Amino acid sequence: MNLFSFVRKPRPTQSAQTAKDRLQILLAHERSSGTAEADYLPMLQRDIIAAIRKHVPIIGDKDVDVRMERGDQMSSLEINIELPAGLSTKKG
Amino acid sequence: MTSEAKKDAPLGRVIVITSGKGGVGKTTSSAAISAGLAKQGFKTVVIDFDVGLRNLDMIMGCERRVVFDFINVIQGDAKLKQALIKDKRLETLFILPTSQTRDKDALTKEGVEQILNELKAEFDYIVCDSPAGIERGAQMAMYYADEAVVVTNPEVSSVRDSDRVLGLLSSQTKRAETDGAEPIKAQVLLTRYDQARVDSGEMMTVEDVLEILAVPLLGVIPESKAILKASNVGTPVVLDEPSAASRAYEDAISRLTGTQVEMRIQGERRPGLFQRLFGRAT
Repeated sequence: MNLFSFVRKPRPTQSAQTAKDRLQILLAHERSSGTAEADYLPMLQRDIIAAIRKHVPIIGDKDVDVRMERGDQMSSLEINIELPAGLSTKKG
Repeated sequence: MTSEAKKDAPLGRVIVITSGKGGVGKTTSSAAISAGLAKQGFKTVVIDFDVGLRNLDMIMGCERRVVFDFINVIQGDAKLKQALIKDKRLETLFILPTSQTRDKDALTKEGVEQILNELKAEFDYIVCDSPAGIERGAQMAMYYADEAVVVTNPEVSSVRDSDRVLGLLSSQTKRAETDGAEPIKAQVLLTRYDQARVDSGEMMTVEDVLEILAVPLLGVIPESKAILKASNVGTPVVLDEPSAASRAYEDAISRLTGTQVEMRIQGERRPGLFQRLFGRAT
């Protein structure tokens, strides 16, 4: 069937697979945490700041950075705390 | 077929046609499904819930016959019988248009319930054409539903919104809130499906979409020129001349009424596509 061989040429785009993968990751996340997901990060950040302040009084609001990374199999929560230079060697 | 399908007491099933995303084919599907059910002999009414953006009347071809609307009835300005428009093609088909002018707050839970109860006493199927989005109109359209048809395109934003709507169907509806009630029977109607693009890996397959949404499939409506043609002239696609789309709708409608119909995905019969399919098969 040389006449129709043009339909069997290698497929140039497989973007449908990308669409499916993106949706699966996103929806797995949206279903598990609903829309409230974005809301708890600022609260978590406030609580962390408050907890650290108990021990390190001069820490500022901008010294704590909370980030969420969404992955296929797992998501990670990254918390970065910057301590002022003078406190870095002090033991807690 | 006609007399066989009709029973003494009306079935009184409320079916919502919903999607979340706009432009995926809710109104087209509402028109096709209601006309198809009526064609099978079921006494059917289709209600437009898109307050302020009335369009079902145009797709059904009765835009010049609207006098009273859904909101008039809810507010007690007109009787239900005055607002129902009898279809000129099928005597078992009725249309309840919505208001073009008032805001969505005019839809009240009590008002909608009362009208649906009145309709249930008389009709086999009450098809609710939901507006896009997940606000009041959409909430009201799905709240009292027994069944849901979630219209989805094989495209990321539509699938995501359908997933969201499926979540709402299982939590924000009468059946969801009533203890011991059977949940809404939700099914996906995949529209604007293009087999050629699926074959070339550019479009998600039926299986892809079903795997993501995890609900049963009601049917697959191929992308078809017949849809625009039918809407141009105000004829539900199943009442227009036969096309791949009308056949697919007929199959989906039969499944809706509980008939087992084999799932077949047809493209439009353009020579190009036909040749391609032929080429693949050999």
